[in-house]
Formats: sequence, C-alpha cells, structure tokens
Amino acid sequence: MLGYLIEKEFKQIKRDWILPKLILIFPFIALILLPYAANFDIKDTRVVVVDNDKSSYSNQILNKLRANTSININYFEDTYAKAMDLIQEDRADMIINIPSGFEKDYIVNKNSKLLIAVNTVNGMKGSISAMYAQNIISDFSLEKNSSIQVINSPSMEIQPLYAFNKTLNYKFFMVPALMVMILTLICGFLPAFNIVGEKEKGNMEQINVSPITKPVFILSKLIPYWIIGAIVISIGFLVAWLFYGITPQGSIFTVYIFSFIFTLAISGLGLVLSNYAQSYQQAVFMMFFFIMILILMSGLYTPFTSMPPWAQAIGSFSPLKYFIDVMRCVYLKGSNIVELLPQLYALLGFVAVVNTWAILSYRKKN
Amino acid sequence: MKQFLSFAKKEFLHIFRDTWTMMIILVLPVIMMLLFGYAVTTEVRDTNIGILDNSRDEISKRLIDKLDESEYFSVVRAFNSNSEIEKAFRRSEISLAIIIENDFSKKLITKQNPKIQMIADASDPNHAKTLVNYASGVIAQSLMQESKANNPSSLINTELKLLYNPLMKSSYNFVPGVMGFIIIIVCAMMTSVSIVRERERGSMELLLASPVKPITIILSKVTPYFCISLINILTIFLVSYFIMGVPIKGSIFSIFLLCIVYILVSLSLGILVSTIAKTQLVALVISAIILLMPSMLLSGMMFDISSMPLILQGIAQIMPAKWFISAIRKLMIMGVDVRFVFKEFLVLISMCFVLILISLKKYKNRLE
Repeated sequence: MLGYLIEKEFKQIKRDWILPKLILIFPFIALILLPYAANFDIKDTRVVVVDNDKSSYSNQILNKLRANTSININYFEDTYAKAMDLIQEDRADMIINIPSGFEKDYIVNKNSKLLIAVNTVNGMKGSISAMYAQNIISDFSLEKNSSIQVINSPSMEIQPLYAFNKTLNYKFFMVPALMVMILTLICGFLPAFNIVGEKEKGNMEQINVSPITKPVFILSKLIPYWIIGAIVISIGFLVAWLFYGITPQGSIFTVYIFSFIFTLAISGLGLVLSNYAQSYQQAVFMMFFFIMILILMSGLYTPFTSMPPWAQAIGSFSPLKYFIDVMRCVYLKGSNIVELLPQLYALLGFVAVVNTWAILSYRKKN
Repeated sequence: MKQFLSFAKKEFLHIFRDTWTMMIILVLPVIMMLLFGYAVTTEVRDTNIGILDNSRDEISKRLIDKLDESEYFSVVRAFNSNSEIEKAFRRSEISLAIIIENDFSKKLITKQNPKIQMIADASDPNHAKTLVNYASGVIAQSLMQESKANNPSSLINTELKLLYNPLMKSSYNFVPGVMGFIIIIVCAMMTSVSIVRERERGSMELLLASPVKPITIILSKVTPYFCISLINILTIFLVSYFIMGVPIKGSIFSIFLLCIVYILVSLSLGILVSTIAKTQLVALVISAIILLMPSMLLSGMMFDISSMPLILQGIAQIMPAKWFISAIRKLMIMGVDVRFVFKEFLVLISMCFVLILISLKKYKNRLE
C-alpha cells in the first residue's frame, strides 16, 4: 500500500510543470547567488571630501583613504552644504570635512579638528564605515608623531587567534547555513502545498473513503520529501565544494544523518499546517508566517546570543536553530556526532512531536 | 459602476471569510516589525566565554571578574588545559577563549610584556572580530585602572557626526524594508493567487461569460488588496512611530503618494504573474522566487546593495522594492525634499506603466 502511494506522489511531482525544476535548479541558483547577497561585509563606502585646507597633510590623509579598499572617494565639494546634498540624493554615504588651517593647527597648536559625517540610516553600515575612516586618521596621527612616548600605560600584548575560519571569510559561515534555509524552503513549503492540493482538486474525498490508515497516509507524504531533501542537500554539498571550495571538516556522514532528521521535522511541520489549511492561500500564509519567524530567530543572519532572552527562549523552539548550529559546527569546526548530541536529541524531539501531530490532525471526516 | 461595486464586494467577502489568511495578513507586519526590531540584532550581549588562567594571581582574577561583570560577556567555563578549550569550541559552548600566561602580574609589574591570547570562534567572522575588540577593550580598561596611567591624548580630534540616526537604532533601516516586503506579499502574491484560483476552480468561466468587461473584473479583483495594503501601511506607521520611536520627518502627503504608486506597481506585478501562471502552485512559486526573495535580499532591507557583486546590483535595479525602500528611507527617515526622490518616483511610475501594458497584452478573456 505504502509503496503505491509513494509511487503516486513521485509521479505527481514528476509530471508537474514547475516542481522538478524547482527541486533541481533552485538549490543551485540560490546557493550560487545568496552568499553574495547575504553578506554583512561593508565595502565601497562612497565618500565626498570637503578639503578646505588643501595642504600637504590633508593630501596625505586623502591618499591614505584612497589606499583603503573599502573607501572610495567619489566627489570633492567646496562646502559642507553641497556635500550634504550628495548625501540626500544618496550618491554618497560619508562626508570627510577637513577645515582650513588643519595642518597649521596640527603643527603649531598640536591639536587640529576634522569632521566625519556619516549616513547612519543603516546603522551597521554607517558605524563600520566610520570606524574604517577613524582608524585611518588615527594611524596617520600616530605616524606623524611616532616620537610620542607612551610612558605609564601598561604594556601587555594581546594576541588574537581566529580559530576555524582563519581567513575570516564570511562565505564559509553563510554557505552551510544557507543550505539549511534552502532545504527548509523546499521541504517545508512543498509538503504544505501537498495535502491542500489534494483537497482543492477533490482527491482528498477519494483517499478518505479508501482503507488507507492515517499513519500510512502521512508516511506516504513524508517519505517523498525525505528523498527530495536528500537530493537537495546533496546538491548543496556539491555546489559548496565546486563553487566555494567548502568541504566539511567533520564527517559528511554526520551532516547526512542530521539532514535526514531535520527534513522529517520540517516536512512534518508543513504537513501539520496543510492538514489545517483549506486552500493554497491559507497554507502558504501560515507556512510563510512560521518559516519567517523560524528563520529570523535561528541565528542564520545574526548571532543567536545577541537576541534578548525572551527571543532566545522562542528561538530554541526552532529546529532550524539546531540544524544550522550542527552544519556550522561540522563544516567549520569538525565536530563529531557525540559532541552534537544535544542538537540531535532536540531535533529528534521535533520529529516525534510534529509528526505525531500530523497524524492526529489528519481527519478523514470533515 | 454598480457592476464594479458588486464584484468588489464579492472579492471582499472571499477575503473576509478566510479568517486565517486575514488574521495573518493583518498581524504579519506587526510581528515582522517586532522581530526585526528586537530579535535581529548583532549586538554583543552576555556572550559565553571561557578562560584558561595559567597565572591565578590577584590581577588575573580581577581581570576575569571585570570580563564577567561587563554586559558583553559571561564567563561560563574555567579551563585547565588547551585540549578542554578545543572541546568546548566544538560543542559550541563558548564563542571566545581567553588564555592568560603564567606569572601574569609579575611580568606586568616588571614590564616584561605578559601575553594574553584570545581564541575566537571565527565561524562568524564579523562576530568574532567584534568579540575580540570588545574583550581587548575591557582588558585594556581594567589594566589602565591597575596602573592608573593616563591615556596619551591624540592630536587629531575627529568629530563624528551620525546623520539621521544618532542613536543607531536598527529600526530606522528596516521599517521601510518591512513596508516594501508586506506590500509585495499582499499585492503581488495574494492578487495573483486569487485570480489564478478562479481559473483553476472554473469560476473564471462564469465571470468571463457575464456581461461585465474584463477590465472591470480585474479592477474589482485588485481593489480589496489595495485597501488591505493601505491598512498594513497604516499599521506599520503606527507601530514604528509609537512603539519603535521612528520619526516621520518628511511630508506625509508625499510618503502617502509614494506608497500608492508602489502599491499600484505591485498590483500590476500580481496581475502579470496571474496571466503567466496556470495553477495556484505555479503562481505561488513564481511570486515567492521572483518577487519575495529578491525583495527581502536585494532591496537593501537587510543587506547593503552597494557591497554586492555587479550582477546582483543589476538585478536589484529592476526590483520595485529597491526603489521604494530607497525613496521612503529618504522621505521618512532623512526628511529630504521631494525633489531628491524624483528619480525613484519616475522609475516606479514607468515600471507601473510597462507592467500594466504587458499584462493588458497578455490578458485573454477566453479560456484555452
């Protein structure tokens, strides 16, 4: 019985116009494009310079700024007001204003002023760009008076060591986690559409009068997405390896075990919603609502520990949180399954709860 | 007109009777605002760190207390050996390990440059850099207190002016983004699905056979979604103004006008998708992949567009959300004059015209 039902599911998926393309092509494209988009690195800050001093010092500062790859001096203006216009038109992000007498003040009065004004509507971008500029200027100042004696300050050496990602490559961090997101989108949304689709087309009526039992019905829906999940995650591994040169430090076996468990959890969630929904529209909005919360609170884009305690409490009910954690640990740190037991138990718990719920919430009577 | 009204009423009834969708659509903007406002942050707060104190003297103990007291860190592990650190990292128990050399205070007093090593979990490179910076800051400050030395004064006083958002609230950035996103969901996704549904269920045939003109059918289809988006925009404004404390600096009239133009663009996108898609599933997939995902990732809502590779920047240029978000940010947050958003208005209006023209061409009042 189960075998026939699964065969039916695969035939339906295969004969659909968009589903096979979605399953095979979407992971490729998404994994090639997303890591470039989902990037908090800030480069190319557009700078407008108001240099009223035009001295050798101001020139040296500008040259130092030019040498920095993340700062682009795009415009020169005579007045601050004109520079502000560029900011308002969104053609520049930052104004560096060097007042007249800058060099003189520096040499004679040992104290000169300089203004950095930065657009902080996007607070993070603004503060990072400002930090770059400030660092360059204080470097310049240090160079100019290397004679300064640091007398009483305590001398101590801090040696930072960036473990697990020595080149500080943001993609190494994002790619394993984005695989989880893609898996969630495909293996979460498609099952959610599935039962609703049967309802809309009227097939549900026939299944309800057949001798198929509830668990068999849910299993017949779950297993196809389990296999699809395995395909999607394998495509993910392949793209990560071929395109980004990222391979797991730990065993690929561990990642597969976890992705099998995770797929069951997220597809189960889709099936639960699909049992309650009456139309595609309902199913998609309910699923979207939950998946958005699960993704944003999973630590995919921002660190989990940065969230306030109440948000962390809600976030710990997100299976994504655990699987993303596992992917990053195995890919970057080479953790093994024993070290990831808490995550394993959490995910198994989700699978049990969600799929029991899916079986119970499927009703043959209307 | 009467025909139009009765058709529009029918659409409203369709929507109101679907309680679940209705509720989600009305609550979604609020939830998104709360999530982006409070949950999606990169602040460092009580990060778990571990310490291997080889010295175990007065100063090193005070140092550890200082780290634990600071709002950024909480010391959860005291290690005895390097191998324990490795293990803790792999279990992701800690994000940063600090190793204090032996005879720390002695070396500090005799000016032998004692070493403090920090091992950061650089899986997340940005977070790791921030952690190292903060920890160095806390340690330097604490040592400064130990020696009561003066900070050598720097010679260039850099004055830093934070324009428009001096408190650096992240809400200033995402409020326009949430608006752009919600309208795409309501106008493009819901509209396209609702038109395709009539076709899939067969009721489109009835409508087309009626004396009502196709254009009236379409207009009455989109009217309810137009109204819902206005309600959503209003909710977002109220939540952002009263709860998040985001100012509305520009003229309300031009902001309102901009929203109307953007809603029209999104509605015509929805109509266009409905002319391409034959089933609801296809309509959903198309609007999710071509409209929703780019509106979130390529609109400047979360990630800075100018830092992306050129291809993605190019794709971003054809996303209506990008232009809307850029304009609303200028009008609402920066409070600039309308003439500075002329370009955005122009782009959105021409997008609207082009989309309506294409969908009129593609719209068939016959069923194949």
